[in-house]
Amino acid sequence: MNNTADIIMIFLVLTNMMLLGLSRLGACIRIVALQGIALGFLPLILNHWDIEVHLVLFSIVIISLKGIAFPWMLNRTLRELATQREIEPFIGYGISIIAGTIALVMCMWLSSRLPFPEPLMSPLIVPVAFFTIMSGLFLIISRKKALTQVLGYLVLENGIYAFGVALVGKQPMLVELGILLDIFVAVFVMGIAIFHINREFDHIDTDQLSRLRS
Amino acid sequence: MMTPLKFFNPVLGLVIAPFLLGIINRTKAVFAGRTGQPLFQPYYDIWKLLRKGAVYSRMTSWVFRAGPVLGLAVALTAMLLMPFGGLPAAISFKGDLILFVYLFGLWRFFTVISAMDTGSSFEGMGASREVTFSAFSEPALLIGLAAIAKCTGYISLTQMFSSVVPELWLRSGPALVLAGVALLIVFLAENCRIPVDDPNTHLELTMIHEVMVLDHGGPDFGLILYSAALKMWLLGQILIGIVVPIHSGNIWLDTSAAIVGMLLLAVVVGIIESSMARLRLLHVPQLLIGATTLSVLALVLR
Repeated sequence: MNNTADIIMIFLVLTNMMLLGLSRLGACIRIVALQGIALGFLPLILNHWDIEVHLVLFSIVIISLKGIAFPWMLNRTLRELATQREIEPFIGYGISIIAGTIALVMCMWLSSRLPFPEPLMSPLIVPVAFFTIMSGLFLIISRKKALTQVLGYLVLENGIYAFGVALVGKQPMLVELGILLDIFVAVFVMGIAIFHINREFDHIDTDQLSRLRS
Repeated sequence: MMTPLKFFNPVLGLVIAPFLLGIINRTKAVFAGRTGQPLFQPYYDIWKLLRKGAVYSRMTSWVFRAGPVLGLAVALTAMLLMPFGGLPAAISFKGDLILFVYLFGLWRFFTVISAMDTGSSFEGMGASREVTFSAFSEPALLIGLAAIAKCTGYISLTQMFSSVVPELWLRSGPALVLAGVALLIVFLAENCRIPVDDPNTHLELTMIHEVMVLDHGGPDFGLILYSAALKMWLLGQILIGIVVPIHSGNIWLDTSAAIVGMLLLAVVVGIIESSMARLRLLHVPQLLIGATTLSVLALVLR
């Protein structure tokens, strides 16, 4: 049982590493979608496949939002864009992967220092959740395209979600659905915003947007 | 342990190693719809080269002649350290995996320095590439071995690989898979197989290892080909040690399982070579950094 959770965690780490090392936006969107689907199964696995209406409904909502709705919206935006790849990020791909490896080791160390009231379902969940949060942040600060930054935001949220699921097996559904709704609206708005930025300025490079006012 | 049995393992490698190249070539030929060269062609090639005379440039020194001989010597030493299937290594002590990795470093140093000895800028370019890529693949290999050592709790190759059993796979399967994939990438990179280097090309812009040995001829080149086959056998033994966890106690059964695994590995390499294209040189370090990352991941998981 724990092994399945471990495998999902390792899958999460590998997808994060791929996100750090890939330049093609379409591939990045697909990877984030896969991450969302894998995370959707996490509450079921952590509760030993106890089929409860609450949990199953929650998983279905997570999978359909993170695995289908978000990627669909981002893909639609991507089709409108002139660029299909991240060109010249602030931090190169090789360095990004090395930074990711260092961050992973740091997260492992950090979580080994954190005292938890009761033993967790899988020893990997906390470090991997931290690492997912870190790589989401890293994507936001190190990439130029607005679309990649939205993906970083989604990865960041995936990490927070994994952390929450690990700590509280069954969250109040209302709270979780509220958070999901927020993110849904945010991604929706960001998708539209990227589309408009692109139409207005023919690019989505955020570092050039800061010079607009002069 | 009986003494003859200890030396059976290296002898097995010396005999079978070139056969792996034959299998890879045959697999590629089948994929391309050709008949292909005979399975024993690498043996014929090496034998033909060993009977030829050698031509040495007046510009070269003893370093140039020492390169191939040292390569073979290092390969033989490394073969003494490596267990295979049910056969233990001839020499085994704590921490021999570090010696194993650095024997490859010594080997690379002498290949590079004998390439530089010719004074050809072309060979210097190959040497530069080889050193660049090995700087990335060496950490992957070392950390991958360290991950397996951490999983099994032993730091000598013989004990390490004899304790990779199915139970260990159940306990720390994910770490072993990650280390295995990392070591497969190292295996392909170090043996100049396709995602990194194409062993068949003779275009100056695409090759790494072939460039460095261009000026070697006759018996020297034969030795280089033979040591390259031994290198493939040695690195393959690490992979087989992880992937074929059969330790029934019967030495002959275990060893034949390992040999079958090795032949399958050669087929897999052939399939990879027929289905993938070479990476651009700029992307090779990325692949190797990825391999190092997988190794580190395997290390921190357990």
